[in-house]
Amino acid sequence: MKFTWFHLMPYRFLPEDFKDKYRSVWVDIPRDLYDPKVGHRLYNDYLDQLEYADSMGFDGLGVNEHHQNAYGLMPSPNIMAASLSRRTRNANLVVLGNSIALYNPPIRVAEEFAMLDVISGGRLIAGFPVGTSMDTNFCYGEVPATIREKYYEAHELIMKAWKARDVFSFNGKYTKLRYVNLWPKPIQQPHPPVWIPGGGSVETYDFCADHDYQYSFLSYFGYIAGKKVSDGYWEVMAKKGKELNPYSLGFAQVVAVSETDEQAEKDYSPHMDYFYNRCLHVYQGFADAPGYRTVKTIKAGLLGQVGERAALARQDLKWKDFVDQGYIIAGSPKTVRERLREAMKSLNCGHLMILQQIGSMPPELVRKNTNLFATEVMPHMRDLWSEFQDRWSPKRDMKDVAMPGPVYFEKAGTNGAARAAAAASTEVRVGK
Amino acid sequence: MITTQKVLNGKFSLEMHTFGTGGEPLLFIHGAGGLMPMEPYLEELGKTFKVYAPQFPGYGESTGNEHIDDIGDAVCFFHELMDELGIPTAHIVGHSMGGMLAAEVAAFDVHRAKKLVLIAPAGFWIDEHPIADLFATDLTQIAPLLFHDPNSPAAQMMTAIPTDFKVLETMYVERVKRFATASKFLWPIPDRGLKKRAYRIAAPTLLLWGDDDKLIPPAYAKEFTSRIKNCKLELIKNAGHMVMYEQQEALVGAITKFLKG
Repeated sequence: MKFTWFHLMPYRFLPEDFKDKYRSVWVDIPRDLYDPKVGHRLYNDYLDQLEYADSMGFDGLGVNEHHQNAYGLMPSPNIMAASLSRRTRNANLVVLGNSIALYNPPIRVAEEFAMLDVISGGRLIAGFPVGTSMDTNFCYGEVPATIREKYYEAHELIMKAWKARDVFSFNGKYTKLRYVNLWPKPIQQPHPPVWIPGGGSVETYDFCADHDYQYSFLSYFGYIAGKKVSDGYWEVMAKKGKELNPYSLGFAQVVAVSETDEQAEKDYSPHMDYFYNRCLHVYQGFADAPGYRTVKTIKAGLLGQVGERAALARQDLKWKDFVDQGYIIAGSPKTVRERLREAMKSLNCGHLMILQQIGSMPPELVRKNTNLFATEVMPHMRDLWSEFQDRWSPKRDMKDVAMPGPVYFEKAGTNGAARAAAAASTEVRVGK
Repeated sequence: MITTQKVLNGKFSLEMHTFGTGGEPLLFIHGAGGLMPMEPYLEELGKTFKVYAPQFPGYGESTGNEHIDDIGDAVCFFHELMDELGIPTAHIVGHSMGGMLAAEVAAFDVHRAKKLVLIAPAGFWIDEHPIADLFATDLTQIAPLLFHDPNSPAAQMMTAIPTDFKVLETMYVERVKRFATASKFLWPIPDRGLKKRAYRIAAPTLLLWGDDDKLIPPAYAKEFTSRIKNCKLELIKNAGHMVMYEQQEALVGAITKFLKG
């Protein structure tokens, strides 16, 4: 069993009456609610938390892309991953991902991912989401009817650019390039592992199965509701005669550990409320632009996770309901061990995207949650799925990994000699 | 009304509604919502004209939507359709998105439209008068946006949300299909370059607008009147964007007078 410590990077200070006063946390949320000085603190706290997770032995650090969104402050996850690539040593950088249809040309993603892979010494996991309707259609203006076609074309271009040995031309419908020539190319050859984050579109199952990509279901509703999607995925995999390897499925789950079950409620209950009632307050009209989901998906009855209809389903939920219905796995280490094992077994899932900072959770509580999980839960779950091979993680076969030099905070120009000495002592080692 | 299925060029199979048997040919191009099963204003026009009203590819039973990505494709489609129907030149009437397409059909090839009627057409963007986001409007909020009187029987009928789940699902899927197609011309801003081509329109043009249009405000009329050489505006009183359901008589009267005149 493997664990990616995933951050959404929410704005923690939305007003109490947010839900009544404003129609959406996403797309047209008033700019006045964002204070960049608070934002400065938050970004640095959140990067600290990801770095802490690395030090606690998590397999991956997860970041993702959202736009004009108060619960996801990463318009560019690559900037976060770049920062992490220098300040962490062990964990994989799970960028889930770049909405590739939004980049013009999409080769930009192939380049930036290659940069991240090279800087980090081959630790990148490349995520290619279509992106939500809010992000792609409403914020970035993509035509709903063509976003999927554009996505598939962007994917074809990026993969070709990673695999090609020579310069090639690409005559696509949406992108035309005379000279495609990736400099730099990724360390992981021919390309980093590809994970496809999905929200339940049935086409994505086939796409993952056909390309041998890992499918990551990023749900906020927990493992009980998520089973409908994982069942759909495994059904497609079985039908196509693919190995039912748990490592080909990732699942996002909110996990909150405390000393006892009672203490967990005291610690985390207000932050759950903040997340589900303020962070996921999305105007219904933005939830699903016409044409964003295919008719096939609509008919499969997989409702989106956001919007008023989704909100109705959880409007009166209390802590006990959140726990009982599996939105959150919470309690003492023992409780969490048991529930989580049951959850991962029921989904047949080998990659947990664990959400341990949620909503308004402050740094000290995040650290406690992460620490308790890493020391009291994670070691007891490592044996799960040991009979399977994880073919969707970096192999990490680089012998000689460059280390960042020491950090100096002295004012520029005041201590040139010390800087020069430091630079000399940390010259880059190049492996053969 | 007669409904037939018409095959065009091996790419499209069209649900074609025709009204009337004689009179000059009139091609009607519908708006983003598409044609309803009954269109009384087209029945009325059919008493004077031979009205051809196709469901655009992607609407109703019309297929071939995948062959149309942009305005150029749409214009080619209509030119081919007119040739196939044996009406290479005809009166062209379009509403909303259909008004935008009608203007493009007439601008690309100036010989296509004998006379042109644009009813509350899309095609432009004015920062001071942003067009409401129809695509982000929930079904429950759509009546006040489209109608002068959202409580009128016509408005209520047009925007009723079925309670039966199966019926609702069917309606929702059809709405998604139609709006997804419309998004090719209207998303995220309904400006696809008509401002560069509108000056070419040679046909005498009548611009009809509901005086209480809250979706595309009548302020947009000047974008057309200032560019099209022979273009006059008539405001229709007590009408919103769906002029034809709110003021059918005034609308049909104005169109008939203009086309017969």
